[in-house]
Amino acid sequence: MSTSIDQQWTTRLRRKVAGKLPPEKLLPDTQPAYVSSWIYVFGVTTMSALAVVIGSGLILSLRGPQWWHESSIGHFVNSLHLWSVEIFFFAMVVHLWGKFFMGAWRGGRTATWMTGVVTFLASIATAFTGYASQSNFDSQWITTQAKDGINSTGAGAFFNVLNLGQMLMWHIVLLPLAAVALTALHVLLVRIKGVVPPYEDKVGEAQ
Amino acid sequence: MSSKPFRPDVDAPEWKGGHSPYDIIKEGTIALVVVGLLTVILATLFGSPDDHEITIKNWANAAPTDFALTAINEMNGTTTTAGYGAPYNTASEGQKLGPFALAKWVGVRIPINTEQDFVVKPLESLPYNAQLSSALSTWKSASTSQQTTWVNNYTKADSTMTFKNGQIVVNTTNAGPVPVFINDLTAMARSGALDTALVQGGNFFSMDYTKPLLFLSDGGYLAQLAEKQHLLGSQWGMMNETNSYPGQAWLWLYTFWYQVSPFSTSANADVQVWATMMLLSVILLFLPLIPGLRAIPRKVKVYRLIWREHYRD
Amino acid sequence: MAWISFLAALIPLNGYGHYLHWGVINISVANFIVIVLMVVTFVAALLLPFPGRSRRKESK
Repeated sequence: MSTSIDQQWTTRLRRKVAGKLPPEKLLPDTQPAYVSSWIYVFGVTTMSALAVVIGSGLILSLRGPQWWHESSIGHFVNSLHLWSVEIFFFAMVVHLWGKFFMGAWRGGRTATWMTGVVTFLASIATAFTGYASQSNFDSQWITTQAKDGINSTGAGAFFNVLNLGQMLMWHIVLLPLAAVALTALHVLLVRIKGVVPPYEDKVGEAQ
Repeated sequence: MSSKPFRPDVDAPEWKGGHSPYDIIKEGTIALVVVGLLTVILATLFGSPDDHEITIKNWANAAPTDFALTAINEMNGTTTTAGYGAPYNTASEGQKLGPFALAKWVGVRIPINTEQDFVVKPLESLPYNAQLSSALSTWKSASTSQQTTWVNNYTKADSTMTFKNGQIVVNTTNAGPVPVFINDLTAMARSGALDTALVQGGNFFSMDYTKPLLFLSDGGYLAQLAEKQHLLGSQWGMMNETNSYPGQAWLWLYTFWYQVSPFSTSANADVQVWATMMLLSVILLFLPLIPGLRAIPRKVKVYRLIWREHYRD
Repeated sequence: MAWISFLAALIPLNGYGHYLHWGVINISVANFIVIVLMVVTFVAALLLPFPGRSRRKESK
């Protein structure tokens, strides 16, 4: 018997979420036996690097955008930020190669693949705005060069890479929010759908 | 559902095999610690680059005639910015993707008049000086054609330009107030006052460096420094970092297109390369839906290495 | 503030970079090392045996 409580939006949302993503799927304690390769560690490595990128970025933001030019502690935190970004992209690209060769979109995992690709593209944009926000020779050169590409598409009229304030805001607010939200969505989809099973193979298919 | 034939590149077999223990929290913690330590080690070993910015003051002191020539070119309309088109002005149609002039359609959203914004207005902001003040009023009361004649006469003689005793000297006659403009603007730049005057709107607060960056990149000095750092577009510079640091290596494909025909010789290279990269990104995004491409991993069989224990059992 | 001098990089990469050319390819040594390491890491991840799980299968 359906009560009025059953009809509530809240109740229905909770049941839907709990059905799709019960706690044992969100935080699993087992994996299918085929998950046994180093290639599986690059997703979590990418996320860890993202955490270090965000952590070092938060420390950089504490004292404002000029701090890292003036203080050796600030410069060191900038170095942490740079190298965690290098690790982030490194791990993400190896993760992408691995997932490609697993055909990881199979079995209803197209959305998982697509959120991953969009996260990759959003990360490139985030990194670019970071380079543009450095306020040094590198950012002067990068922005004056990059403006031609972005202007040629028409987007330069709204996304002005020569406007430091705009680039900094995109780098520290808008794009990180997008990257983190996309990453969260990607990981939730991985948890909902599980890890893609191996291709059926005449030699190895036991089932 | 079972009536549909099994599509090996779209469907995945249901896993009916065993499971092994997996501690997701422990794995995440280990990864975070390892990545954190690796970051600290790399940062401690190598640090990070921070080459000091170039001011217009630096430029005009290091290369006064390059600055002064750029200034006259801002007046005669031959710099990159002066002839740019949208979003800065209507001086040209800008780049086109086939028949589509995308930037022109969006229009002039960041208006820049190089003669006014880079030369006349900054000079007007200087403290009173009788010679400059009279040059400015001569300029403003002259007709456009008279202004053009003066600028052209100065331009014709600008190969004779020298910088002596803090003065820009050009052997020119009938150039009206232009020699005073160029000389005073160079002096202003050398003092550092032009850096401040160019910042957008001349407001007290500003974080918009569009004008000083455009002026700076119209000259030869910034590009000369960039070439030494291997940062030019023709040097695959987009993926390079200053000094010996790794850069945005993930831009390799974007950078690659600029090096090869037809892009390397195209006047519309930027928009063509962007369109190519957009198309390739869309292909990557929709790869699971594209027959042929989505079959590659099944055919190259790298997966047999990844799941070799599974296939062995 | 001398105590923080240890924060300065031990091997700062502040000299002009070195570059490799093969035909149209022109790449900085630093980027080249990063890309080679990525490929090496990928291949190693495929080839190296993953410890632990393979022999401890439990039915569920």
